[in-house]
Amino acid sequence: MILGRIIGTVVSTVKHPEYKGLKLLVVQPVDTNGAASGDSFIAVDDVQAGVGDTVLAIREGNGARQIFKRRDFPIRAVIVGIVDDVNVPSQDGGTR
Amino acid sequence: MYLGKVIGNVVASRKSAGLEGIRLMAVQPVNHDGTPRGNMLVAADAVNSGPGDVVHLVGSREASLAFENQFVPLDAAIVGIVDSIDLEEET
Repeated sequence: MILGRIIGTVVSTVKHPEYKGLKLLVVQPVDTNGAASGDSFIAVDDVQAGVGDTVLAIREGNGARQIFKRRDFPIRAVIVGIVDDVNVPSQDGGTR
Repeated sequence: MYLGKVIGNVVASRKSAGLEGIRLMAVQPVNHDGTPRGNMLVAADAVNSGPGDVVHLVGSREASLAFENQFVPLDAAIVGIVDSIDLEEET
């Protein structure tokens, strides 16, 4: 799982039937300091996340199928949590 | 899952079993702001997109799940046509 920040929403009318009723979000992966790291991607929302939230995301299809309990689900990336806090002790013993 | 822009279609008369009847499109992956990212790729189309459309795609094993025959030899599928992307305001 990776940390990311929701930076936008995707609106799409013509889509695969399995995507009906699902919310698509643009996720920017971030590091523990909240700085952008790597390329943005699209994910399906399972936790009512919104723009600006820091989230936990999976990018793997088997987990996505388990969450939505659908066998033939052409979806890989899912937002599975909204992050309240990230505490990473730094080398000098403090937190950042 | 990622965004791309359809830049053309690809015709292949001879292809692997399972790919018959599947539309192949040339796609340039793009960032959320529409700027190109990386190299173009060929994706199977599940939603009748056309050149110029911004689309969202799914890759890897899940790409073939977008089709009726779920054991299709492909690694990228177009699963939606994007109407708009609402981005948060830059601060």
